[in-house]
Amino acid sequence: MKERLQELQAEALQKVEEASSLKGLNDIRVSYLGKKGPITEVLRGMGKLSAEERPVIGALANEVREAIAEQIEAKQVQLEEAAIAEKLAAETIDVTLPGSPVRTGSKHPLTKVVEEIEDLFISMGYAVAEGPEVEKDYYNFEALNLPKGHPARDMQDSFYITEDILLRTHTSPVQARTMEKHQGKGPVKIICPGKVYRRDNDDATHSHQFMQIEGLVVDENIRMSDLKGTLDVFAKKMFGEDREIRLRPSFFPFTEPSVEMDISCKVCGGKGCSVCKGTGWIEILGAGMVHPNVLEMAGFDSKKYSGFAFGMGPERIAMLKYGVDDIRHFYTNDIRFLKQFSKHEE
Amino acid sequence: MFVSYKWLQEYVDLSGISPVELAEKITKSGIEVEGVEKKSEGIKGVVIGHVLEKVKHPEADKLNICQVDLGQETPVQIICGAPNVDKGQKVAVATVGAVLPGNFKIKKAKLRGEESNGMICSLQELGIEPKVVAKDYSSGIFVFPSEAEAGQDALSLLGLDDAILELGLTPNRADAMSMLGVAYEVGAILGREVKWPEISEHSSSEEASGYISVKVDAKEDNPLYVAKVIKDVKIGPSPLWMQTLLMNSGIRPHNNIVDITNYVLLEYGQPLHAFDYNKIGSKEILVRRASEGEKIVTLDEAERTLKADHLVITNGTDPIALAGVMGGANSEVDTDTTTVLLESAYFTGGVIRKASKDHGLRSEASSRYEKGVDPNRVRQAAERAADLMAQYAGGTVLNGSVTADALQIEPAVVSITLEKINRVLGTHLQMDQVQSIFKRLQFTVDVSGDEITVTVPTRRGDITIEEDLIEEVARLFGYDNLPLTLPVAETGPGGLTSYQLKRRKVRSFLEGAGLYQAVTYSLTTNEKANQYALETADTIRLAMPMSEERSTLRLSITPQLLEILKYNIARQNDSIAIYETGSVFLKNGEHELPVEKEHLAGALTGLWHSQLWQGEKKPVDFYVAKGVLEGLFSVLGISEAVSYHPAAIPGMHPGRTAEIKLNGEAVGFVGQIHPKVQKDMDLKETFVFELSLQSVLKVHVEPISYTSIPRFPSITRDIALVVDRETAAGQIYSVITEAGGKLLKEVSVFDLYEGERMEQGKKSIAFSLKYLDPERTLTDEEVTKAHNKVLKTVEEKTGAALRA
Ligand SMILES: [Zn+2]
Repeated sequence: MKERLQELQAEALQKVEEASSLKGLNDIRVSYLGKKGPITEVLRGMGKLSAEERPVIGALANEVREAIAEQIEAKQVQLEEAAIAEKLAAETIDVTLPGSPVRTGSKHPLTKVVEEIEDLFISMGYAVAEGPEVEKDYYNFEALNLPKGHPARDMQDSFYITEDILLRTHTSPVQARTMEKHQGKGPVKIICPGKVYRRDNDDATHSHQFMQIEGLVVDENIRMSDLKGTLDVFAKKMFGEDREIRLRPSFFPFTEPSVEMDISCKVCGGKGCSVCKGTGWIEILGAGMVHPNVLEMAGFDSKKYSGFAFGMGPERIAMLKYGVDDIRHFYTNDIRFLKQFSKHEE
Repeated sequence: MFVSYKWLQEYVDLSGISPVELAEKITKSGIEVEGVEKKSEGIKGVVIGHVLEKVKHPEADKLNICQVDLGQETPVQIICGAPNVDKGQKVAVATVGAVLPGNFKIKKAKLRGEESNGMICSLQELGIEPKVVAKDYSSGIFVFPSEAEAGQDALSLLGLDDAILELGLTPNRADAMSMLGVAYEVGAILGREVKWPEISEHSSSEEASGYISVKVDAKEDNPLYVAKVIKDVKIGPSPLWMQTLLMNSGIRPHNNIVDITNYVLLEYGQPLHAFDYNKIGSKEILVRRASEGEKIVTLDEAERTLKADHLVITNGTDPIALAGVMGGANSEVDTDTTTVLLESAYFTGGVIRKASKDHGLRSEASSRYEKGVDPNRVRQAAERAADLMAQYAGGTVLNGSVTADALQIEPAVVSITLEKINRVLGTHLQMDQVQSIFKRLQFTVDVSGDEITVTVPTRRGDITIEEDLIEEVARLFGYDNLPLTLPVAETGPGGLTSYQLKRRKVRSFLEGAGLYQAVTYSLTTNEKANQYALETADTIRLAMPMSEERSTLRLSITPQLLEILKYNIARQNDSIAIYETGSVFLKNGEHELPVEKEHLAGALTGLWHSQLWQGEKKPVDFYVAKGVLEGLFSVLGISEAVSYHPAAIPGMHPGRTAEIKLNGEAVGFVGQIHPKVQKDMDLKETFVFELSLQSVLKVHVEPISYTSIPRFPSITRDIALVVDRETAAGQIYSVITEAGGKLLKEVSVFDLYEGERMEQGKKSIAFSLKYLDPERTLTDEEVTKAHNKVLKTVEEKTGAALRA
């Protein structure tokens, strides 16, 4: 009987080894280990054995059972893993195909520039002030030291609606209105972005509608060196730490002294190139100390208070920053143009 | 203003300073030099030739064969097509090997069988602008005076080797509209003296007052009028050096008399006018305001109708010049002129500006008067011009000037303290530094303690207050030397207002949702201005639009966005989603500012989403547009307050447009563009929305307050209702929500069927209702009770039948 058991074990292990499916394996389990299987049969014949032999064969039969069961167990794990692997292999996809697009939009480049400037000055304690685009002649000109008949009104030929009402030619009336609201008490520290309008024929460098962003600080003891320092911070944050600034005398009726600010040309590093027209400098903005007449007209005592103001054109800055060559692109809104400004910038 | 470097040297020493260095210094200390140009750059090999012989070309009517002496051993043969070429002339010859503007190289050539060794040049061919070429030479070659020597460098004789500085003058610096003014500026920068021209004294046997009397009626407009008489002048060309200086300054030479008036205008900044004395028709000058409708023919041969606010020079009765702007044709100096009446006057800016503007005439004279001339130079300029007329037109200057003088000349005296200068600039300047700056400017300075009293020369009419003096100090001290500081003032925290923050939120939501921001013009056509307007109001038209296209302020943004779609679709950009925030303008009273309202508008067309290889293709539809708005309202926390109502809006699809109400008040619309508009504009199916952003953003939103996440399970019941097709889902939704009471937490539509299997005129709509009590687990009975109430109410209120 012993031989018979050993024979059975070898035979079963061989079959387990050869099993190629979970079902086949289960059949083997049933046929060898089941109640009608050959091992059970062997055990049934144990009655014929002597009392000494019985426990020995019984033990052997159990060993054989366990050995087969163990082997089946191991084989089962192996077959299950193979089945999973096969299933996964069948599920393989081409990971190089494009993913489902997620919709994105973006800010207009002018808004991008305006918000960048706003945020920069907000971090220096400025508030953002806004005002009407259709203005009274008084706020657009007179309150800014540009009385009727002033030759500098020519510099900004304007769209009038009536004799006293026009499309604002700059955002400066917002400054006048804000100062007036302060009723002669400082400090005023604002940045004013907005649309402005001038009688220009639209071409690559002119637009009858464009953006402006102006800043104003009024308080006791505001110095021109404060203006220079503020503009220096602005230029370095906006255009890069390696940029130099230069102030040149200029003229605006609402400031005295008046200056224009240039930054060193990034393209040539100041040596002169076509971008800076050979000068090494690029004009960025106009600025100056608030004219005493402007302070007085807004109700500030010009003996006690002083202030500085500056103004720039987001179109010009966007053109420089992004290399846009025609101002009309900003207002044509070609989607292929707009899509180029969605990327985050360092 | 064009400034000749060579000419400037006559008034201030420029040794050691190159034109480019000079330009840099001028720019940094006050006046922007916009360019430095040497016209001779890129030109070479042009010399004076003496035309020894001229014969007609045998084969070509219009060509001449010239033998030209170029100062070498043998003359050369040159074929010339200019109509005015002639024997004996001194001309500019581009020799073989010469280079003309535009890199045009001169080679030996054969013209109809005749050899040509060079080219006789017109001024235009040498790069001189046609508008400054004297009329005699405008369609032919230029003829040099006979003193020119064959072989001499022609470019130098024409002043083309001179460096011309182009000054960009701001309106306050009228003083720099003259060579002397620029000399003062450069003198101050370099610390050098200014040299004035020397004027010779003249005496004659006759008095000017015997020829003319001067009377000014309009003394306000013309406080000083100076007339001089120069007899026996011979009209001819002015000397070549004067012509070239004029051309380099952008002025066309005419004849010696006119050129001298222009030359002195450039030199002194004082406009002058020469009348032909014999054409005046009287011995009287009367300056007065024009009478309304009075007429004058000006030098440009245009008849001009005058108004009462124009100033005229008359012969006592008829106008002979439009004062300060342009002379009259009736008294023009011409080749027959023998006696000149020279006018040098002080006109005030306003009256000249008015006439110049009304007649569209901006002359060298008017632009100077408008900005203000130096009252002290009126007489000097007259003397200078008379002297030059004696020198270069052989005239006799009659004794004296005839004047009408009511001019009070008072130089401005301005005082300032050193402390104030330093306080405003943020500097630590010493008194001697400040004093030296004013001395360089040739201002008279009086120092007493900390106070500086400056007497400003009349040429600097722009300096009237302390701040003007501060600017002079700052610019000559140098802005580069100003320290860098920041305001030390205490200010509030700054930042954005709640409205501005919300607007940024709106933008970033829409951008995140896949819309691109557009910026369009506020001005549009009268027709487009109020299309799709949310409110009816009269349009606002510009008094003088530049074009009909940009004549009227918009009342809505949608038409502009449609234009953008049209533009893009025409360029195969088919799928577009854009939005804009911006002002629209509603007319108020006649003398009041319009009401400006900020709107938000969006436009969508084409595919909203596509992944073609997976067969996904979702075109934009009404619900996409509405979904964008719903998302926006949710982010703004106002979803509950918003409702949508079918609406008929001109230009919109009548069945696919909703009016949007916020707390019951109409604030905008969303819908599909009317197919007719779509066709007219070559658009595809397009969906738009426009809202009053102001109304939307002004709704106060409660701060975020956390509600605990329910710990108890919810129970969901679905219902399918059969209703009339016209019954709006929104209405059923409202009824369900209301009837559901506290336990009903969520209602959503999950199916809509309007197909063949439905009875005619009916549709089936299915809702999913979620019941929940945050405090405990709901029992089936409780839910059933609540749900039955919902069903009953829906049946009653909407006539819905539960679908089997
Ligand atoms: Zn450069």
